[in-house]
Amino acid sequence: MADTLGQTPSQTVGPYFAYGLTPEQYGYPLKAIAGGRLADDTSEGERIRIEGQVFDGNGAVVADAMIEIWQADAQGRYAHPADPRGSNSDFRGFGRFGTGTDPKNRFIFDTVKPGAVGDGQAPHINVIVFMRGMLLHTFTRLYFSDETEANASDPVLRTVPDSRRETLIARRQDGPTGTVYRFDIHMQGDAETVFFDA
Amino acid sequence: MTEVTGYGPRDWGSHPPYVDQGYKSTALRGPTKPLIPLKATLSELTGPVYGHDSLGALDADLTKNGAKNGEPLGERIVVAGRVLDERGRPVPNTLIEIWQANAAGRYVHIIDQHAAPLDPNFFGGGRCVTDSEGCYRFYTVKPGAYPWGNHHNAWRPNHIHLSLFGPSYLTRLVTQMYFPGDPLLDLDPIFLGTPAKARDRLVAKFSLDLTEPDFALGYAFDIVLRGATATPVEA
Repeated sequence: MADTLGQTPSQTVGPYFAYGLTPEQYGYPLKAIAGGRLADDTSEGERIRIEGQVFDGNGAVVADAMIEIWQADAQGRYAHPADPRGSNSDFRGFGRFGTGTDPKNRFIFDTVKPGAVGDGQAPHINVIVFMRGMLLHTFTRLYFSDETEANASDPVLRTVPDSRRETLIARRQDGPTGTVYRFDIHMQGDAETVFFDA
Repeated sequence: MTEVTGYGPRDWGSHPPYVDQGYKSTALRGPTKPLIPLKATLSELTGPVYGHDSLGALDADLTKNGAKNGEPLGERIVVAGRVLDERGRPVPNTLIEIWQANAAGRYVHIIDQHAAPLDPNFFGGGRCVTDSEGCYRFYTVKPGAYPWGNHHNAWRPNHIHLSLFGPSYLTRLVTQMYFPGDPLLDLDPIFLGTPAKARDRLVAKFSLDLTEPDFALGYAFDIVLRGATATPVEA
C-alpha cells in the first residue's frame, strides 16, 4: 500500500521543555515519566553512571539540551513487545535528563551496563539529542571503551569512518564512587559526533 | 504477533533542516556533517513504552492540574485528534506529553522572564494517551503569543508543544501545534523552517463538532508518525 499521509513535521523543544518533560529534575510539581535514574541498587547488572556535556559549534556547553537514552538490560533484552525475550526485570530502559540543573551542565544517568543484544552488535545505548536551536532531534549511539573486541565487529560502528568512530565511544573512568562512562556530544566541528539517519 | 522489520524513513521533505537561516540558534547547534545511514536493528525497532499507566488523574486537563484556588484565566479549549502512521493506521496507547504558555503568553519555566503575568491556577504541563483507535483529547486554555530574541520584534505564534513516542525509538516526535488564522505564522522562523508543503500539518483546525456548548472551543489536530514497513501479521 502506498503511503497516503505526510509525516507531521518536527519542531524544536525550545527553551522551556523542562516543566513538561523533565519536571521532577527541575523541581516542578508534575510527576515525571522518566529521569536520570534508570536503575537502583536492586537492579541486576553492573551499575554505571553515564555523564557528559553537549557542545555547540563554538565549543560552548549547551545548558538547555535534553538527552534521552534507550537501552537493553544487563542481559541485552529490551522492555518492549518487539523483543520477544522481554526485559528480565522491572528495568524499563528509558532515561531523560536536561542539561540545565547540573552546575557543569552535564547530563547524568545512573543505570546498568547493557548486555549485548545477541545479533552481533556490541553493547550500546541509543541516544536522542534535543535542544533549543534544533528543529529536529538527532539520533546517536554510545559504545563502551572497554568493549574493544565487540566494538571492532559491531555492524553499525563498521559503517562509520575510522576517523569519526571515537565520537561514539564513552570513556570508562573507575573512581571511588563507581564506574563512570564519559560521553560528550559535539554538535559541530572537527569532533562532531556521528549522528545517524536512522 | 506483530512482525515489524523496519520503519519508513524520516521524510526529509517534511521536516525542517538542522541548520535554518531564519532560526538563528540553529547555526551553532545543528550538525553539519552528513548523517550516517543506520539500518534498523532491534535497538531501533523497540522503544520506550509509556501508556495509560503513566497518567495521573488530572494529567489530561491543564485547566485543572495546576489549579490552586480557581480556574485559569483565558479561553478554555479542547484539543483532540488521532495519532496515525503514514498508512493511516491508528497508533494506540501512546503517550503524548504537552507543555505550553498560559493565556498571557508566559511559561512557568524559571528562565522565562517575559513581563506577562503568571497565572496561579495554570501550570501548563500535562499528558494524555491515545485509545485503541489512536484518539486523544486534552483540555487547556489557548496559549498566548510571546516575544523571543531571534530578531527585532520577534513573536512566537500561539502554540502548544507536543512530544510523542509512538511504537518505536524511530517514531519519536517532538512538534508544535499552531492555531488557524494566526497572523504570526507567516513571520515565525520556527514555523517557516518547515518545508512549505508540510506547514499546514502543524496547524489545528477549528471544529464545531469538538466544541462543547457553553464550555470550550474545539480544535482538531491529527498527528502522523513514521509507519512500520511490514504489515502486522496475526499469529
